[in-house]
Amino acid sequence: MIRQSRIPEELGRYALLAIALLYLIGLLALPLVVVFVEGFSKGIGAYLHSLLDPYALAAMRLTLLTAAVTVPLNLVFGVAAAWAIAKFEFRGKNALVTVIDLPFAVSPVISGLIYVLIFGANGWFGPWLTAHDIHIIFAVPGIILATTFVTLPFVARELIPLMQTQGNDEEQTALSLGASGWQTFRLVTLPNIRWGLLSGVLLCNARAMGEFGAVSVVSGHIRGLTNTLPLHIEILHNEYNYTGAFASASILAMLALVTLIAKALLELRQSAPRVAMPRQG
Amino acid sequence: MVSEAMNDRALAPTSAAAAARSAPRKFRLLPGFGLTLGYTVAYVSLIVLLPLSAAFLRAAELGPRKFWQVVTTPRVLASLELSFGASLVAAAINAVFGLIIAWALTRLRFPGRRLFDAMIDLPFALPTAVAGIALTALYAPNGWIGRLLAPLGITVAYTRLGIVVALAFVSLPFIVRTLQPVLGDLDREVERAAESLGASKRQTLLWVVLPSIWPTLLTGTALGFSRAIGEYGSVIFIAGNIPKVSEITPLMIMTKLEQYQYAQATAIAVVMLVASFALMLGINGLQLWAQKRRYSR
Repeated sequence: MIRQSRIPEELGRYALLAIALLYLIGLLALPLVVVFVEGFSKGIGAYLHSLLDPYALAAMRLTLLTAAVTVPLNLVFGVAAAWAIAKFEFRGKNALVTVIDLPFAVSPVISGLIYVLIFGANGWFGPWLTAHDIHIIFAVPGIILATTFVTLPFVARELIPLMQTQGNDEEQTALSLGASGWQTFRLVTLPNIRWGLLSGVLLCNARAMGEFGAVSVVSGHIRGLTNTLPLHIEILHNEYNYTGAFASASILAMLALVTLIAKALLELRQSAPRVAMPRQG
Repeated sequence: MVSEAMNDRALAPTSAAAAARSAPRKFRLLPGFGLTLGYTVAYVSLIVLLPLSAAFLRAAELGPRKFWQVVTTPRVLASLELSFGASLVAAAINAVFGLIIAWALTRLRFPGRRLFDAMIDLPFALPTAVAGIALTALYAPNGWIGRLLAPLGITVAYTRLGIVVALAFVSLPFIVRTLQPVLGDLDREVERAAESLGASKRQTLLWVVLPSIWPTLLTGTALGFSRAIGEYGSVIFIAGNIPKVSEITPLMIMTKLEQYQYAQATAIAVVMLVASFALMLGINGLQLWAQKRRYSR
């Protein structure tokens, strides 16, 4: 009797597994594969040629520059915010945490728009900026601002729960033994949070290099000047230059792969709670 | 001193009075409160609060009558209907498949499980523009998957169905990642007990498993939905972007901006912002409720 009822149960189990895997392959795995297949469809020569194009190189440089500015900014912010929120009790803490989460809830296009409303030609500071010949919108500073907004929560959200579970005991011990505040942070707190910190930085960086909507609004799409790699992909795709678009896309796909692998390794290593996910990606 | 602090934490000073009592003692012990909190508040005020309030102030300049006019034009209404409708469909599809995937990943052991598990985060790491062109290539009539669907009369790319596919892509991890820890924690003893009392597999699922996970399922689905309504990058490549047919609201905002109609763009943006913030509060409530249910069982 028991054996008979086990067989359909096993079958149902495998059918569900097959459905799950097919869904994952069709929705997640194949898009990743197709990027590389399309990128190399005209051979490695065409692939390299489209990557070494001056506009492609300029776009890569700008993408690297954007990440190089925004990631450290949000890293310092994330550590400061997590220190204040996880180590102390104060009024309005929940409100502050909600505000830190806000960028995840805002559409990328709106994340760009709000900076246009402030710094654009018709914006609050527009006339003053024009008079002083300072360019923020349709220029690199606007791209950096919008990217900073979009990636602001990543490090903070990773560190706050981590530091809350670790508590204050180790820091208090270090201080009572005569360590200075900075020494305590550097020698006690930092080693405790380093893996969470790294994982937050990885996700922050992936988003900073890949942000499209927000940057699209503030960039102005000036080739060689204000085009990031994702915007460069859009332009090539709109020109039906699919090989070029997918070649550039493959660079960002590799970044995504490296990010995912590093994140998986980090999770294995700490075998602590699963790396917190961004509430709104 | 240390043991006192531990007591404090063990008692979890949730009430304001307890917080006030423990705060001064902590200030004395741990330095940097003023500096880090001051920096945090200044930073979020400059980067987040000030720019977001600009949107509301600029929209207010329109006046209520003009605002209403802008956001109720047929084209804008059609875009809102599409954005919310397609996001709802995508989130609902993912609620079903996400549950199956989360269950398979937590309960079954099969070769490649780790790989598939790591793959769930791909939409977080893959730039939306890359996802957009890849999904378009895949689901176009001559693409790997589009070719299989074409004989069935199903066109995905450049239709509303394409929008649903792109939104399903971006929202999947929210549902799977929300469900996984809860499915993992679910006491299998309870399930076994149900079965040993004569419940069938289906009855156990229906009366034991689902009631304890559905608040979490709802939370994950709401998170995915709220991500989907704002999505831009992955959708515009696959959508076709025909006004009133396949034009999502973020693209509508973009179009208004390109026509230098900033006031109109801002009005539409405010509608989306209000919806997003309401969702965010709703999700916070859901999360609290789901947690309470989990721990009170």
